Amino acid sequence: MIITMKGLSMADFVLRALAAGLLVALITGPLGCFVVWRRMAYFGDTLAHSALLGISFGLLMDINLQFAVILACLAIALLLVQMESRHHLATDTILGILAHSSLAFGLVILSFTDVNIDLMSYLFGDLLTASNQDLIWISTGVGAALLVLVLSWNKLLTITLHQELAQVEGLPVGKIRLLLMLLIATVIALSMKVVGILLITSLMIIPPASARGFSNSPEKMAILASLIGCLAVCGGLLASFYLDTPSGPSIVVSAAVLFMISSSLNKK
Amino acid sequence: MTSTLLNAQNISLAIDGKQILQNITLQIDENQIVTLIGPNGAGKTSLVKLVLGLSKPSAGSVSLRKNLRIGYMPQRLHVDNSMPISVQKFLQLAVRAKPELIEQVLSEVKASHLLHSQIHSLSGGELQRVLLARALIQEPELLVLDEPVQGVDINGQAELYTLISSIRDKHQCGILMVSHDLHLVMSATDEVICLNQHVCCHGHPEQVSNDPAYLELFGKQQAASLAVYAHHHNHSHSLDGEVIDPDHDQGHADDHNHEGPKHG
Repeated sequence: MIITMKGLSMADFVLRALAAGLLVALITGPLGCFVVWRRMAYFGDTLAHSALLGISFGLLMDINLQFAVILACLAIALLLVQMESRHHLATDTILGILAHSSLAFGLVILSFTDVNIDLMSYLFGDLLTASNQDLIWISTGVGAALLVLVLSWNKLLTITLHQELAQVEGLPVGKIRLLLMLLIATVIALSMKVVGILLITSLMIIPPASARGFSNSPEKMAILASLIGCLAVCGGLLASFYLDTPSGPSIVVSAAVLFMISSSLNKK
Repeated sequence: MTSTLLNAQNISLAIDGKQILQNITLQIDENQIVTLIGPNGAGKTSLVKLVLGLSKPSAGSVSLRKNLRIGYMPQRLHVDNSMPISVQKFLQLAVRAKPELIEQVLSEVKASHLLHSQIHSLSGGELQRVLLARALIQEPELLVLDEPVQGVDINGQAELYTLISSIRDKHQCGILMVSHDLHLVMSATDEVICLNQHVCCHGHPEQVSNDPAYLELFGKQQAASLAVYAHHHNHSHSLDGEVIDPDHDQGHADDHNHEGPKHG
């Protein structure tokens, strides 16, 4: 009796992990396409690093952590825009300053809180401990983000192709760019549980990069990126389950393997 | 009956204390092609951006006819290699796109066969035609073309300019065009504005090519080659006997003779 109960609850946590991982992969694929098309990989990484700052502030002020992460990402994104217009430094230098100092600030502030947290689970993800509550938050968040992404898809494509042309044609370019940042911040907050702060960008970049060679339209690339992301989550979780490897890094390793397979298939 | 599409009065632009444009007055009417020429860094693209409302002048004002539909062809389109996109999808993304309209504008720029091509596979000339088609989807009353023949070989350039003239004839729209070669653009334009932060000289192309301010500017900036071109073109032009409005011409010519020496 006890054994069956245990078996059931084990199946439960694996299913929850799988569901959470697949949901997140659904949105990181298409949104990641924009990160790739717009060459924002390092930008995404910087926002992800600042997520830890959000977590430490969230713990300090006792507010919802995911919400705190979104706020921290947006604050860093705005700070970046500010610094770009003020300093004579290259964008990647500014991104480097922001990424590492926000991570370091986060770690230092964490040491002031008396909350005992498992830092590793934030940095590298902890999918297997996903609770029902996590699952509800992730599915709501992913649903909302997907809806917004689909509705604003063509507008986002238009500003990615040529911002000034979009502006002359009457699109509110500033608002659409802000929306993209908001989406990226939200998805970072959502996928923290899956692969952790330090590996989030990989989920946004590796699946679209793998999908590129098989696509002849932005939409195909986005859908394929979603599928490849889902495949990576399945592979990573299987490895994690049978080989007892950490789930987040396993997912990223399986995404990397898929990328290598796709690029060897694409060598013409 | 012509009506004014765009009227820019005494506009100046300074960025970080550096003067980019100074006291420029510009008017574009329906059915009129105005070409901006000038050396690199003369502020041509900055002026285009002011006209399009993409930036604000530090002084002066730009007024457009009410509800003016503008078609804009940017200097270049750089699509990152990572984005797969066909010509069809690129045109569908235009804010006013409709399927019939896409077919129509593509055939107008003689690029119907490119509909299903990937943007990355296009040659320089093909890409410019597609960009022009995108601008035409707006059914523009004013067409703004920033260096429309960039990256196109000489034969292709002449073809594109012919195409641009025919678009004007067909749609009766006003066209503001940027070029840095007066020689090629001459037959396709009604008015040339020679720009080097301020308006050095302006008028009909033949007039401008003889203007001392023009000759000095291009003589200084681009060595003798362009001056030779201009001369050559002037000559062949009189042989062609193209139709020019002599009265209108004369009016401007007087202006120039007064202005020219001051600048030169």
